Amino acid sequence: MKKDSFINRLGKDLKKFKYVYIMAIPMVVYYVLFSYMPMYGAIIAFKHFSPGLGIWKSEWAGTFYFKMFFQDVYFSRILRNTVLISFKNLLFGFPAPIILALLINEVRNNAFKKTVQTISYLPHFVSIMVICGLIIDFTARDGAINDVIAFFGGSRQTMLLNPKLFQPVYIISGIWQEIGWGSIIYLGALTAIDPQLYEAASIDGAGRFRKMAHVTLPGIMPTIIIMLILRIGSIMNVGHEKIILLYNATVYETADVISTYAYRKGLLEMNYSYSTAIGLFNSIINFILVIGSNTISRKWGETSLW
Amino acid sequence: MVKKTSNAIKRTPGEWAFDIINTIILVLIIVVTLYPFIYVLFASISNPSMIASHTGLLLWPIGFDLSSYSAVLENPNILMGYKNTIFYVLVGTSVSLLMTILTAYVLSRKGYMLKRFLTFMAVFTMFFSGGLIPFYLQVNRLGLADTRWALIFPAAMSTYNVIVMRTAFSSIPDSLEESARIDGAQDFTILFHIVLPLSLPTVAIMVLFYGVGQWNSWFNAMVFLRDRNLYPLQLILREILILSDTSDMVTNMVVDREMIGETIKYATIIITTVPILLVYPFLQKYFVKGMMIGAVKE
Repeated sequence: MKKDSFINRLGKDLKKFKYVYIMAIPMVVYYVLFSYMPMYGAIIAFKHFSPGLGIWKSEWAGTFYFKMFFQDVYFSRILRNTVLISFKNLLFGFPAPIILALLINEVRNNAFKKTVQTISYLPHFVSIMVICGLIIDFTARDGAINDVIAFFGGSRQTMLLNPKLFQPVYIISGIWQEIGWGSIIYLGALTAIDPQLYEAASIDGAGRFRKMAHVTLPGIMPTIIIMLILRIGSIMNVGHEKIILLYNATVYETADVISTYAYRKGLLEMNYSYSTAIGLFNSIINFILVIGSNTISRKWGETSLW
Repeated sequence: MVKKTSNAIKRTPGEWAFDIINTIILVLIIVVTLYPFIYVLFASISNPSMIASHTGLLLWPIGFDLSSYSAVLENPNILMGYKNTIFYVLVGTSVSLLMTILTAYVLSRKGYMLKRFLTFMAVFTMFFSGGLIPFYLQVNRLGLADTRWALIFPAAMSTYNVIVMRTAFSSIPDSLEESARIDGAQDFTILFHIVLPLSLPTVAIMVLFYGVGQWNSWFNAMVFLRDRNLYPLQLILREILILSDTSDMVTNMVVDREMIGETIKYATIIITTVPILLVYPFLQKYFVKGMMIGAVKE
């Protein structure tokens, strides 16, 4: 029998799986319109884009905007802030949910356990606007945190106007909001640990703390390592939403990151090509990091993103 | 979570100490997590001028005054924002849910030729994007800017949620589908009469994620909307909480602006956060399950 051509086979396949293909129409339209067309549109990073001329007719610029970015006086500042904020987030924000999960796991009273979990997940669902409103309010000169500092003899200050304090405020509030939600995945991993391991450890005379260190922690180590690798994959990816709401020109020195800079250049200064070049630079680095880290996590263990 | 099997053994003093310290730490975490909200609640029902002159932590309401609530509830911007947000949540969540279900179903089917292509098409968007400006220009080009649809369609699907949903669909035994097919059912019937009813917990999580996401989203609204009549609640909140503009709420009040401004902020926070807090306990039990589905490899 003659082998069918690709088109022929596809035709038969379309007929056979008619309804599956009909159902696929919305996703294809969606991804083409809102993901792939913008990817094509990113070509304006290499053009002197003018909205009047459109993408295609705008004049080619080569790597002009990338050179402009690398020579930008703020280049090292936003690069440094992006990496520093990510790194501090990794250092403090990453272990926090693990510790919380371990502590929750040790609670014997189920009602108390449930209460801790329910309350700790809550801030995750509160809008970033309200969270930032609270942060601004609490860190203000006459805010609650300054009240506490003043009580212990410290001096009052509007913390979000102090470049030295922006990153700590950003990181600590992030931990406050996400610690509970982040612990869910580890609590899930904890349920998979074989109870016999605890029994064996008890018989060997291990106390609670030693069981935590020698049974529980190793039990969730694969999850920890995979989460860590994935986190490292997004180290150059600091979101703009929270920073835009919290920062101001006084603290750009420590608060401005790649995404917020691209936002200002693009949407506030309308320098579309330049902003796109910055965004593309960031996207490519993120892509390499994520692919790299996912490849490592695949080799390491059973979990990967795809 | 893990069943403790060592209860038969008597607790040693060391274990007692461990339990006590553990409980203390967790209680502290609860307090630190809840206190900001309690503070806001107390401050919002306190007397505005007493709050303004108060320093230190607030352990109970000082004075009692609901005038800031009436100021907020009478504020046309808040009401309009509320209405708009309800529209965005209802319509947006429905659109997102429908598209996610269809996409997840497509990606969970086996044996058709374009499966790999379509899967790649979806998953690739999780790792690479054209960036803010090309997205912005594209939405403008489609004529969606400054319409309600700018908040419904451009961010309708989260590929992560699609993957979670697909994992749930894939876990349904093939035999169910095969027997339905023998009975002459086609894909739409299988999806809506077999697959979906068996995946309700995951659907509940999707409703929660998309619903809360719509309720909380503001960035696209800020970027795409000029017309204030379309503003969602979060943009109104931004003016009040972040840009500190409570002026149109205090103009017709006799009280000092500065004083009432603070309590108005707090009342606004309460009024705009309560809906989330109301649905939260009902959906909470699904969280762990949903998070775990997402973490499992296909």
